[in-house]
Amino acid sequence: MAEIVLDNVVKRYPDGALAVDNFNLEIADGEFIILVGPSGCGKSTTLNMVAGLEDITQGELRIDGQVVNDKAPKDRDIAMVFQSYALYPHMTVGENMGFPLKLAKVDKSTIQKKVHEAAEMLELTQHLDRKPSNLSGGQRQRVAMGRAIVRQPKAFLMDEPLSNLDAKLRVQMRTQVSRIQKTLGTTTLYVTHDQTEAMTLGDRVVVMRGGIVQQIGSPQHLYDHPANLFVAGFIGSPSMNFVPGRLEGDGIVSALGEARLPDRIRQALERGNGSRDVILGVRPEDFEDARINGDKPGGRFSAPIDVVESMGSDLYAYFTLRGDVASSAELDDLAKDTGNDLHTDGTAMTARLDPTARIRQGDNVELWYNTDKLHIFDAESGRNLVGGDSQSAANAGTGR
Amino acid sequence: MSTQADLSRPAGGGHDADEEAVAIARKRASEGKKAEAKLGMMLCAPAALVMVAVMAYPIAYAFWLSLFRADLRTPDQNEFVGLSNYVTVLSSPIWWTAFGVTAFITVVSVILELVLGMLLAIVMHRTIIGRGLVRTSALVPYAIVTVVAAFSWRFAWSQDLGWLAGSSAPLTDRWSSIAIIILAEVWKTVPFMALLLMAGLALVPEDLHKAAAMDGGSAWQRFWMITVPLVMPSILVAVLFRTLDAFRVFDNIFVLTSGANETSSVSMVAYNNLIRGLNLGIGSTMSVLIFITIAIIAVVFTKLFGAAAPGSDEGGRR
Amino acid sequence: MQNETGKSKLMWLVIDLIVLLYAFIPVFWIISLSLKDSATLNDGNYFPRSITFESYQQIFANNDFTRALINSIGICLIATFIALLLGTFAAYAVARLQFPGKKIIVGMSLMVSMFPQIALVTPLFRIETAVGIFDTWLGLIIPYITFAMPLAIYTLSAFFREIPWELEKAAKMDGATPFQAFRQVIAPLAMPGVFTTAILVFISCWNDFLFALSLTSTSAARTVPAAMSYFQGATTFEKPTGPIAAAAVVITIPIVIFVLLFQRRIVAGLTSGAVKG
Repeated sequence: MAEIVLDNVVKRYPDGALAVDNFNLEIADGEFIILVGPSGCGKSTTLNMVAGLEDITQGELRIDGQVVNDKAPKDRDIAMVFQSYALYPHMTVGENMGFPLKLAKVDKSTIQKKVHEAAEMLELTQHLDRKPSNLSGGQRQRVAMGRAIVRQPKAFLMDEPLSNLDAKLRVQMRTQVSRIQKTLGTTTLYVTHDQTEAMTLGDRVVVMRGGIVQQIGSPQHLYDHPANLFVAGFIGSPSMNFVPGRLEGDGIVSALGEARLPDRIRQALERGNGSRDVILGVRPEDFEDARINGDKPGGRFSAPIDVVESMGSDLYAYFTLRGDVASSAELDDLAKDTGNDLHTDGTAMTARLDPTARIRQGDNVELWYNTDKLHIFDAESGRNLVGGDSQSAANAGTGR
Repeated sequence: MSTQADLSRPAGGGHDADEEAVAIARKRASEGKKAEAKLGMMLCAPAALVMVAVMAYPIAYAFWLSLFRADLRTPDQNEFVGLSNYVTVLSSPIWWTAFGVTAFITVVSVILELVLGMLLAIVMHRTIIGRGLVRTSALVPYAIVTVVAAFSWRFAWSQDLGWLAGSSAPLTDRWSSIAIIILAEVWKTVPFMALLLMAGLALVPEDLHKAAAMDGGSAWQRFWMITVPLVMPSILVAVLFRTLDAFRVFDNIFVLTSGANETSSVSMVAYNNLIRGLNLGIGSTMSVLIFITIAIIAVVFTKLFGAAAPGSDEGGRR
Repeated sequence: MQNETGKSKLMWLVIDLIVLLYAFIPVFWIISLSLKDSATLNDGNYFPRSITFESYQQIFANNDFTRALINSIGICLIATFIALLLGTFAAYAVARLQFPGKKIIVGMSLMVSMFPQIALVTPLFRIETAVGIFDTWLGLIIPYITFAMPLAIYTLSAFFREIPWELEKAAKMDGATPFQAFRQVIAPLAMPGVFTTAILVFISCWNDFLFALSLTSTSAARTVPAAMSYFQGATTFEKPTGPIAAAAVVITIPIVIFVLLFQRRIVAGLTSGAVKG
């Protein structure tokens, strides 16, 4: 087990392309860290640099205080789980799992013992003599995990280990990964593009975009206090709704009507000297049917509902706001990542409502939104003007 | 520790740092590249050396020889004669007859092979019973030594001896001999052709056939409008290689007719001049002419159809 | 529907049968000839009326034939081994590395595979006579290696491209040195491809006739296909049909069995080299 420190780590390619810029992170012993971001954001490159599969252009990588920039992967004592699992097709499950130990010249009986322990933990005991090609996707994934576990390395590196599984299995394996990591207490660096995995697995989450770290913090902190538009849009599903707006006096004017801002937010805005043009962020669950919430303080507006989805516990209402669309490079990036780059006139919005809301498709409904939970971003820089980290650094820093 | 979202910070912490990092990355990459290039060349050197030593030098030597009168039966009369050997060969009816025979055999057998090969490929690809058996037995002609197969056909068409000949003697007549030579060539190479085409067929997604069927295409239309265009690269490669191969036909003719009744191919005539006649000057001239012809076929083929030769592009076009 | 599949099954059965007949008729014919006795040899029947192994006894008693058989086996094995060794190096480089001469080596092997062998006969004959390797094993091994090289390079590089090289990374992460990663992970995965290529290369050497005919003059290095065309009957008037047939069977059956055993791999090898490129 180990403490891993990335100190101003930079990765540049010979053509000048910047893959990872000034990456700083201290991973505590036993911590579960998630690197998340859209494809091409540099998260896998970062992982490969820690693994030793790619060299570090500048900066230092320290494991337990020792600089390992120039050490070969085999001398770093780190295990890795690959997206494709990279199981050796000519070896049985048992041989696959025992391979690292065999390379380390561990005696046979110890290898057997350790492989069996790991197999038991992963429920692979009855498959030990089979070849990987005869296993299901989920079983292969577990073998890959087993191969990492048996050698009791200082740290696990996982490169999108669940992305080749179907949705149901992925959820199952997610909890299993989490359980194994908690049981073994091994420092883990986990790469994914799936924000749900990031939210559910990590002690702390590192959000990356274009090789630059956007924010580091606990999942809840990222959810409540996103540092900028990108993090706000990336974390959370369904994602946050964005509407362009203008600060006017004590309130804010946008397609969501005019609303008075609560004192907390106003004070925060006064501290920052941001411009008056902003982007409003509202999480789907911060909407409610205005009839249910009565005269609770908050904003009100009405909109024609396009589609209603009843999920039993919740009710999702989709509607479109006419008028200007919030635009920024960060939001464009997000749209590209989700493949949702259709440009319609108007902003597609999602509201998660109480199931008792009596709303039907086509209705023109009055909706309420919680101004206390509003996120306000600078339209220019995308920075969070209110709930950002300046206020809650202490809270996030505890991480674990 | 928790906030790093300051986007106004210039990427990489300043211009100098950027350039330094790029320089480091470049240096490492060029070192890696150099090592890789060195290893690559070292690994290829032995193979390249053998090919150059056994091909390039001798072909140059053959060209050199073709400029001389070099008859081993009259070694004291050898002298430089310029291009007169070429004049001799190119004005010789024997050469042109052989050239005609070779061209005829090549064209007819490649066409037959393509048709039969496509049929066999479809059978191997689509058959619902005994697929393994069919594929396995289709390999038999490929595995058999050409000379052995040629003997089998020769005996089969020999008067009295053969089960196909009866009391006739087709190998004593020119056109029936050529037909049998073509038969022997086609029999041996159809399976090879079929295998190449089958690999192409396997690349045509089954869904495409289903979609075309849903769109109202008949089986025949589907074959011509879906299968053939998609298998075209495989077809072109197979045809090019078989054409070049057929043009070199030698073994079958040697065994079946020994070139009797004007059934010699160009390789056969060259062989007779070189080894039987020991006339190295004329033989080498023919060798060079065959080499040039093959090169022309290859170039024309690639230019006309853009047939990509195997291995010519790196892993693309899968 | 039941009837329909029954019908199509029957149709495929007939088609399959045609393919089988196509493939085996000349083969059974030569076997049948080799088993006929001298009285019925010329009866023109496809199947022998009575079976005798006289022809086989005859050829195995013949020193020229046994010598040719040894030559064939020895020369082809050595040529295959060397071609494979050099081909593996080159194919690895072509499949895995970026280097300046790559296009040249690929183009060169392409040229060799299109080369008319006859064009090499004279120069090789002259050179080999001059160097003193005419009519020796070496004299045949050298051209065999050369002409087998493109086949070896294409087929092997196609196989090498299929190897999941990510496993090399996995092995590194599992604590392997580069050599261990090669020895324990990559080499076992490459073996089937190498083996298949070996069969293909061996078959192509085994099949050669022109060089065996032109670059030998005695039984010192003459291989079976060439030796067969020199077979003499007991008297000048007797045609050596029986012995030729027997010799043909002897050099055919082992290869056919081999091919049948490794059918799947050979199909993969033959097609991968040519089409996937």
